[in-house]
Amino acid sequence: MIQLRSLTKRYGKFTAVDSIDLSVARGEIFGFLGPNGAGKTTTLRMIAGILRPTAGTVLIGGVDVVKDPLQAKAKLGYIPDRPFIYEKLTGAEFLRFVAGLYDQHGADIERRGNELLALFDLEDWRDELVESYSHGMRQKLIISSAFVHRPEAIVVDEPMVGLDPKAARILKDLFREYVSRGHTIMMSTHTLEVAESLCDRIAIIQAGTIRAEGTMSELRTQSEDGTERLESIFLKLTGEEAQRKLVQVLDA
Amino acid sequence: MRELLHLLLPKWWTARARSASSGRGRGTRWLFFAIAGGFFWFFVFGVLFRVLRYFRDIPEIGALLAGKLLGLMLLSFFSLLLLSNIVTALSSYFLARDLDLLVSAPVDWLKLYTAKLIETAVNSSWMVVLMAIPVFTAYGLIYDGGWWFPLVALAVFIPLLLIPAVIGSAITLLLVNIFPARRTRDILGLVTVLSAAAIALLVRLIRPEQLARPESFRSLVDFIALLRTPASPMLPSEWAQAGMMSWLTYEPDYLPFLLLWSTTAGLIVLGAGLHERLYAHGFSKSQESASRFRKPDPAKGFARRMLAPLSIRRREMVLKEVRIFFRDTTQWSQLILLAVLVAVYIFNIKFLPLRTEGVTFLLATIVPFLNLAIAGFVLSAVAARFVFPSVSLEGRTLWLLRSSPLPVQDVLWSKFWVGTLPLLVVALAIVVITNVLLQVTEFMMLVSIGTITLLTFALSGLAMGFGTMFPQYETENAAQIPTSFGGLFYMMTSIALIGAVVMLEARPVYSYMRGMNYRGQADPTEMVVGFGIVALVCVAATIIPLRVAVKRLEAGEV
Repeated sequence: MIQLRSLTKRYGKFTAVDSIDLSVARGEIFGFLGPNGAGKTTTLRMIAGILRPTAGTVLIGGVDVVKDPLQAKAKLGYIPDRPFIYEKLTGAEFLRFVAGLYDQHGADIERRGNELLALFDLEDWRDELVESYSHGMRQKLIISSAFVHRPEAIVVDEPMVGLDPKAARILKDLFREYVSRGHTIMMSTHTLEVAESLCDRIAIIQAGTIRAEGTMSELRTQSEDGTERLESIFLKLTGEEAQRKLVQVLDA
Repeated sequence: MRELLHLLLPKWWTARARSASSGRGRGTRWLFFAIAGGFFWFFVFGVLFRVLRYFRDIPEIGALLAGKLLGLMLLSFFSLLLLSNIVTALSSYFLARDLDLLVSAPVDWLKLYTAKLIETAVNSSWMVVLMAIPVFTAYGLIYDGGWWFPLVALAVFIPLLLIPAVIGSAITLLLVNIFPARRTRDILGLVTVLSAAAIALLVRLIRPEQLARPESFRSLVDFIALLRTPASPMLPSEWAQAGMMSWLTYEPDYLPFLLLWSTTAGLIVLGAGLHERLYAHGFSKSQESASRFRKPDPAKGFARRMLAPLSIRRREMVLKEVRIFFRDTTQWSQLILLAVLVAVYIFNIKFLPLRTEGVTFLLATIVPFLNLAIAGFVLSAVAARFVFPSVSLEGRTLWLLRSSPLPVQDVLWSKFWVGTLPLLVVALAIVVITNVLLQVTEFMMLVSIGTITLLTFALSGLAMGFGTMFPQYETENAAQIPTSFGGLFYMMTSIALIGAVVMLEARPVYSYMRGMNYRGQADPTEMVVGFGIVALVCVAATIIPLRVAVKRLEAGEV
């Protein structure tokens, strides 16, 4: 469903994403992990069509995001890491507006919007301006907006940030149900437990290149230790040195 | 002092990084700006230089007239600064993103007050400072101010920059403490409107039109007496004027300087005292979430039915624009200000002495033509405030539009029409009402309506184009967006366009009027060519910037 071919993004001399190849199949939750500044958000924003790749290709359902952006974006929902939305719209108006961007409107959208708001305990807030929402409520609203137009795939940047435990649980269930219907989710997260329990396959990116990719058992094999949990694999691949330095700093 | 400089360092670093960053086309942009800015400076300097040279040669009252003119300009600067500081202070003292860090850190209240006061003053004043340079240069050269004159200019101008900053910050501080949290922005809109109305009143009280008609005074003594009377002895701009003119006329008077500096110092002390007492409470209030506040939907019913023929995407985009505009008090409240200014303008037109003795037919026909240029200028200012910032205001929400299958053309299309149609209504209203008051001919009415319609589209197109080419995605305050480099550049281009249109139409209109007046025949070729070129220029000024904006937005990254 989502294919990245030699995807590269450079900012001047700095290479944020360095010729990565990834493939996310239909009916799959794909986890995209990496330390801060590794290139996760840049990659996801290129998939969503917000950033233009310096080189390489992004295909959504076989459609090139750069060559045919409108058709590709019509298949996709995007949930950013920071919930910036229009402060002067109400929750219901925001959902209606997002559905409109995807050329959808009418009773079906109204009903679906109400269902999503109810799912995230926002039905009492549907007619309140977003400016009065808390950070978590805004995050829930953005998540609802990504589902309201029934995309084939959703790209999520840090989905759990700002969510209360109940909403986090609902979101996990929603993701599972969603992919069980043949849809696709690609998500970046720092919550390794979430990635371990939720994702079918995982890629670990560091300094713009993919360090490891596969199912949990494949990752264990790649990290040459069959018993390790994702946290240990992640640290082994990305940050053992940093961990040692941390201990040194604290000891000092 | 070191701690104060430390607080200001991030702003300095940010400004330095911004000017050093090498984005695509940045060099060309700076070059364009330098040329346009230089041209503008020369224009202001040139006009003022000629006027002052004329004044200098008038015996007895020349210096008085020059002083009066300086007083008017300084009063305009002072008023602009006061309004600008009130708006900016809300951002720098209560909404800026660095405040969480600064307020939670062990920073002394006085240092914070001073650092934010400097920040407010700099952000509000840089444009006025740029405007003042050619003005003071012209005065210095004509009246031979000597080598010390720049220092004298600084001595009167620095207090004139600081006083509005202190007053603006204090007003904002009081408002944040009095009104419900997060509603202060709304209240500020209202205060801005009221202040502007007060300024309009002040300008009327000065009765500048009387100065242009000395014959209306009973005697020369009355006229000179009026020139000698300060507009208001309590206004710092009058002290600045008096101080500067006393130096330029070789009769140095130190009282105005003393008044300026002692008032500045006194106000800073008072402002700091107020800050010490009220800031912590006000800041805490401003951090509270807005109360749950149901607002009416301005895009219901009629508007929705009107928009029914549009595609879903465009309709939802237009509805979003309308809702956000009417729910944001800082946006629509400025419309009231606009209405007040337009009313004052129409009022003045009504009382123009065009039908009195001695006014030639030519003058009576030129005035309606100039009226068109002034209406165009009003429109460009309105477009700078409402159309120019529209792309920048998407700022942090652009991720949504960019990740959706909404074509960039639809985004700009919606913003263009939502901005242009109300602008067209205002434009036509101003031109038709003033033309009726001026009792213009049918021909002039047709020319005015056609020209202002074309100009409205062109000015709106330019505003969209420049607003997209020079976006201010990070600006916290919409009112600050038009005061950016791009906004200034837009205003200069608009004025150039209006000037070009007026010049292109001047000849055919003049020929026609002369023909009508002296029973001659107007040359139709001249009219076709003149109006044809105007139409072409306006269509090009509408379409080209919009196309550039589409390309820019398509290629741009957020």
